[in-house]
Amino acid sequence: MTAIALLDRRRLLGLLMVALVILIAPLALSKGFFLSLLCRIGIMTIFALSYNMLLGQTGLLSFGHAVYFGLGAFATLHVLNGMAGASVHLPVTLLPLLGGAAGLLFGVVFGYVTTRRAGTTFAMISLGIGEMVAASSLMFPAFFGGEGGISGNRVTGKGWFGINYGTPLQMYYLIAFWAVLCAAAIFALSQTPLGRLANAVRDNPERVQFIGYNPQWIRYLMVVLAGFFAGVAGGLSGLQYEIVTAEALSDYTSGIVILMAFVGGIGSFYGPVIGAVLVTVLQVAVAGVTPAWPLYFGLFFLLIVLYAPGGIAGILVEHRAVWRAGLLRTLAPAYLLAALPAAMLASGIIAMVEMAYALVNGPQRGTTQLQILFLPLDGATVASWTFPLAMVGLGLFLLSRAWRSVAQQWQRVNAALQARGTLRASAAVPSEVR
Amino acid sequence: MLTEVGRGGGAADPPTCALAPGLLAAAPGGGVEFVFISLLNGVTYGLLLFMLSSGLTLIFSMMGILNFAHASFYMLGAYFAHQISRHIGFWPALFLAPLLVGAVGAAIERYGIRKAHRFGHVAELLFTFGLSFLSVEAVQLIWGKAVVDYRVPRSLEGTLFTIYSTTFPVYKGFMMLVSVGMLLSLYALLTRTRIGLIIQAALSRPDMVQALGHDVPRIFTLVFGGGAALAGLAGVIGGNAFVTEPNMAAAVGPIVFVVVVVGGLGSLAGAFVASLSIGVLQTFMVGFDYSILDLARFLGVKLQATSSLARLSLTQFAPIMPYVLMVLILIFRPRGIMGARET
Repeated sequence: MTAIALLDRRRLLGLLMVALVILIAPLALSKGFFLSLLCRIGIMTIFALSYNMLLGQTGLLSFGHAVYFGLGAFATLHVLNGMAGASVHLPVTLLPLLGGAAGLLFGVVFGYVTTRRAGTTFAMISLGIGEMVAASSLMFPAFFGGEGGISGNRVTGKGWFGINYGTPLQMYYLIAFWAVLCAAAIFALSQTPLGRLANAVRDNPERVQFIGYNPQWIRYLMVVLAGFFAGVAGGLSGLQYEIVTAEALSDYTSGIVILMAFVGGIGSFYGPVIGAVLVTVLQVAVAGVTPAWPLYFGLFFLLIVLYAPGGIAGILVEHRAVWRAGLLRTLAPAYLLAALPAAMLASGIIAMVEMAYALVNGPQRGTTQLQILFLPLDGATVASWTFPLAMVGLGLFLLSRAWRSVAQQWQRVNAALQARGTLRASAAVPSEVR
Repeated sequence: MLTEVGRGGGAADPPTCALAPGLLAAAPGGGVEFVFISLLNGVTYGLLLFMLSSGLTLIFSMMGILNFAHASFYMLGAYFAHQISRHIGFWPALFLAPLLVGAVGAAIERYGIRKAHRFGHVAELLFTFGLSFLSVEAVQLIWGKAVVDYRVPRSLEGTLFTIYSTTFPVYKGFMMLVSVGMLLSLYALLTRTRIGLIIQAALSRPDMVQALGHDVPRIFTLVFGGGAALAGLAGVIGGNAFVTEPNMAAAVGPIVFVVVVVGGLGSLAGAFVASLSIGVLQTFMVGFDYSILDLARFLGVKLQATSSLARLSLTQFAPIMPYVLMVLILIFRPRGIMGARET
């Protein structure tokens, strides 16, 4: 693909829009809360994109990607603290690169062990390595700081042009700068022969071997490079929060990045970005409303795995093709018809979950009562449970009916698309990885 | 013991921990005492690990599904048993809880995994990963985040025997009995019965078994439910011996994966050997409070005690031992101890 083909007018316009949003977003939402949210989104975007280099591009399902993120963060903070008393000063602007170098180095070490196999075995081994590093964080308190982690101060000097990252806004632009640079680098990498070969290794390793490449070596290279970008993200998080704890290395962090990448969509480049934004906003915004958000998000994740393995980006790509063909009108009525029972089902489930939480936490809160919108509910009474139960049952029944008409309309749309020669663009998912 | 293994923190198993300081140097019979008790504790723990890993490895070799949520069934078993034993006692719970967990497992296979299977093994793995995530949340929703009061039944409290000064509780003996009983019946089921024969055939030639008129998908559901029930049983007898809390699945899950890799993917015998060796090895390491520094002192070498690595004792090393073992196995013997094929 040439640069001209990649940068047609529409894409260029889209990229300019994104750049503009990144530039002015912190000015429009200048409250501290939004700024820290945007910073977190930037960090998680790099992390999710680096993860998708493995899962989406190479077909490697890693359960231990936090290792590179966390070690990058620890390395960055150690250098930052080391600089405090030393005569040599590295510019803070470039410190994330150091985190990246740490991620790369550990990618070289651990990748050698993990990439000997692909598929499910890789998943298991990456989990084992991840647990090993997480467990050793308590063995070496000198490096990992034990339970409390290690902290530092990112304002070390005057900095370049007086930018010493003393204010959150300066930190935001540092994160934005690295996020854009990393995203561009990861995209460029996917267009190189290595990126293409990684796709080939994902789809058919035997054939790659047949034409004279070593799939194991390609997997290794991808893990090392993904480790680099995860390390950059870790370094940025170290600078942003000025503290790293063992949680950065934990299975929780590894799990969150899987959720982000997969829910966003591993089949397209921007899918993980959508996931990173969504999960971060949920973590920060919804967590304040209900403690049950991981449960809802887990359910949502299962739904995506079962019914839309292309993730949100996959759904968007499918509908864009329909929209361009002007067939969205065919789908809309069926969707509207399905939306009502889906909403019933969802609100029924939410009401039940919230009541259960109220019931469990009742002794601490002093009451089992709660109010959802205008509906007063009490987790301790049978009457409150019957209504949501009925909603769930009825919703399920009606949804299964409505879904049939949605499927019918999709069949018609697909037939129309095929007749016009524009095949339905299905999201690429590494189907068989064994 | 199970809980501190994955996390690397927390207190060690009381019997071994009590032994650790006065090790060898203690009473005249201290060495024998330590070795014997550690061996018993290690074997108990190893058998429990096998109860978990046998189901996982059976499911894997049969369906190619790596069940990430396998340890969640262990957790469910413990919580179900806790709930049932509160109402009708421990003995019914011992039978009912694994059955319930098995039913849950079979339903998950039938209505979830089979759907995810259309999209390949990665989707299956992600589905079970989502389940493990969800199960923790669900358990917290129903039973809360704190440790629940799931206790050893009164009839099994007390001491089985005493060696020198260390006691061996009755319940540990009971755990061994259940594990060995499970092991023998699993062996008998797989080799001596008709259904076992079909399961074995479906392991290697599912298409042929299907062609002979057997309902292979149903066998898969059965095996999945059976594996879940075994994990549930491990939870019933392990949950009260150790601790029943929402974190228990995450603590034991990775170790079970390690056992399966070390033993050789799909090999029951390998999983058995790996479970026992990891169980015994780890229990011994928890008891040995020695470091490289002590070794140097023993050999008469003077070593500067500045390096934290040199001061690291075997006890501290115990939590990561299984993972180091896995890495070594992968480098030097990729097919595991008894695996038939390269993993």
